[in-house]
Amino acid sequence: MNDSIVWLTIFVLSVFVGIEVVSKVSSTLHTPLMSGANAIHGVILIGAILVTGSTDSGIAVAVGLVAIVLAAVNMVGGFVVTDRMLQMFGKARPIASKPASDATGPSGDAA
Amino acid sequence: MIPTWVQLAYLAAAVCFILALKGLSSPRTARRGNQLGAAAAVGATVVVFFEADLDHLWLIIAAIAVGTVLGVVGAQRVQMTQMPQLVALFNGVGGGAAALVALIELEELTPFADVVPTFTFVATVFTIFVGAVSFAGSMITFAKLQELITTRPVIFPGLPVAFGGAFVAAIAIAVVAVVSPQLWPGVLLAVLGLVVGALLVLPVGGADVPIVISLLNAFTGLTVAAGGYVLDNTLLLVAGTLVGAAGTLLTKLMASAMGRSLVNILFGALRGGSTLGAGEASDRPVRSAGPQDVAIMLAYAHKVIIVPGYGLAVAQAQHSLRELVEVLDERGIEVDYAIHPVAGRMPGHMNVLLAEAQVPYEKLVEMDGINSDFKHADVVLVVGANDVVNPAAKTTPGAPIYGMPILNAGDAQQVIFMKRSMRPGFAGIENELLFDPKTTLLFGDAKDTMGKLLSAVKAL
Repeated sequence: MNDSIVWLTIFVLSVFVGIEVVSKVSSTLHTPLMSGANAIHGVILIGAILVTGSTDSGIAVAVGLVAIVLAAVNMVGGFVVTDRMLQMFGKARPIASKPASDATGPSGDAA
Repeated sequence: MIPTWVQLAYLAAAVCFILALKGLSSPRTARRGNQLGAAAAVGATVVVFFEADLDHLWLIIAAIAVGTVLGVVGAQRVQMTQMPQLVALFNGVGGGAAALVALIELEELTPFADVVPTFTFVATVFTIFVGAVSFAGSMITFAKLQELITTRPVIFPGLPVAFGGAFVAAIAIAVVAVVSPQLWPGVLLAVLGLVVGALLVLPVGGADVPIVISLLNAFTGLTVAAGGYVLDNTLLLVAGTLVGAAGTLLTKLMASAMGRSLVNILFGALRGGSTLGAGEASDRPVRSAGPQDVAIMLAYAHKVIIVPGYGLAVAQAQHSLRELVEVLDERGIEVDYAIHPVAGRMPGHMNVLLAEAQVPYEKLVEMDGINSDFKHADVVLVVGANDVVNPAAKTTPGAPIYGMPILNAGDAQQVIFMKRSMRPGFAGIENELLFDPKTTLLFGDAKDTMGKLLSAVKAL
């Protein structure tokens, strides 16, 4: 099989997978999902590392290093900030049951 | 040749990214999904050092360290209210990185122009241009959200001509760069990309900016995919394409949550000011009251619905609000939070902000779930929100927010607006509900007023 066709196949299948996996997202999670997807494209860091490591030109190395810094900011910062957002979603739950200890609280409905 | 085990590691990372996006789509699995994505990204970054013999190893590691520190510090320090602009910034630097990578690659490939397939140069040129568009566009959205520049659409007379001119010039230069690969058309193309990116985003109104961030996010994804093709790296291709496709769908979902079409968001302002608002405070008479009066209205209600907005979080009043709701709860009053899909500055932003204040997740009711309840509510308390309850979305076809679904706050017996001033909301248009006879305004800084309101309710 032609090499380009292989690449095209991967591309087209990835498009379908990308659409499929997020198609059922609730609007509550739009912001964290955008932020998480944003972090994933930070893997351009790999590209930046590859080009920087395989060039001899001084200017290209300098530009490559800038690209590495930017890509690392994108990737690391993106995942950390998404985690911070999602951490809050998780934390909200145990607190919800706290008032139940001193009164009927939210669980009073069930009684 | 890339070692087989490295390629298999990339495949594993690509699968992890798919699972990460899948996990991020559901509240229960979101955090684990994100962590899986992070682990895959870190793993792939380690593996890349085994893909080829790399020079400048220590410089590369130092640059990664610098970027990591900057990213972590930025992500840890940011206020949750400012999070949309941070995402814009991260997206922009990613696009910029992709453009720089492609520029270097263009220079490296130039001597081999005879043997390198034309399509490789097409992908390189695409990455340079779209990466630059994404970078410049993201920086403008950052400036808008940070209010470094006006949040209202920026339009000047020659803008459509300048945009069109820059775009056509970019295509011409791109053709030159593909036909006779050299560095200079690449650099010129990057500059034109910056111009096109800036001109694309400047005319977008403040309320629509989050959707543009999502669109630029998808753009960056596609540049990373094209970069993957150029560099013969399947992981970049798959990850970039996933983000491009998912980001495009997400942009569509967000736009439809706001009742807007993408074309209208991007080019509406150019077509005759349809996203322009008046942006000025009105001096029509309104009814205002003090915290004491409002406390009585709340304390003797049976059902209260809270409509939180971005102003609440800016004033850091969400903790006092949660306390107020707890006090009302103890008095046996039914209280819910009505969450508009675009409350805050991004879809889902308000959920993040309230979660930070430890508001129980199950008290947050989405718009479709609560809109029919407003007519049974005695009091609706609108805190720092405006556009999401503005009836102009239903009644005024020319309004910038026309067509956006709104919370039916006007159906309640009484509406209380907690506002700092009569300044209009983010969309810059007047809210007719403020002048309704059943509306009471409680002026003041949300945090300060919320504190007074809380002690007044406790004293009753």
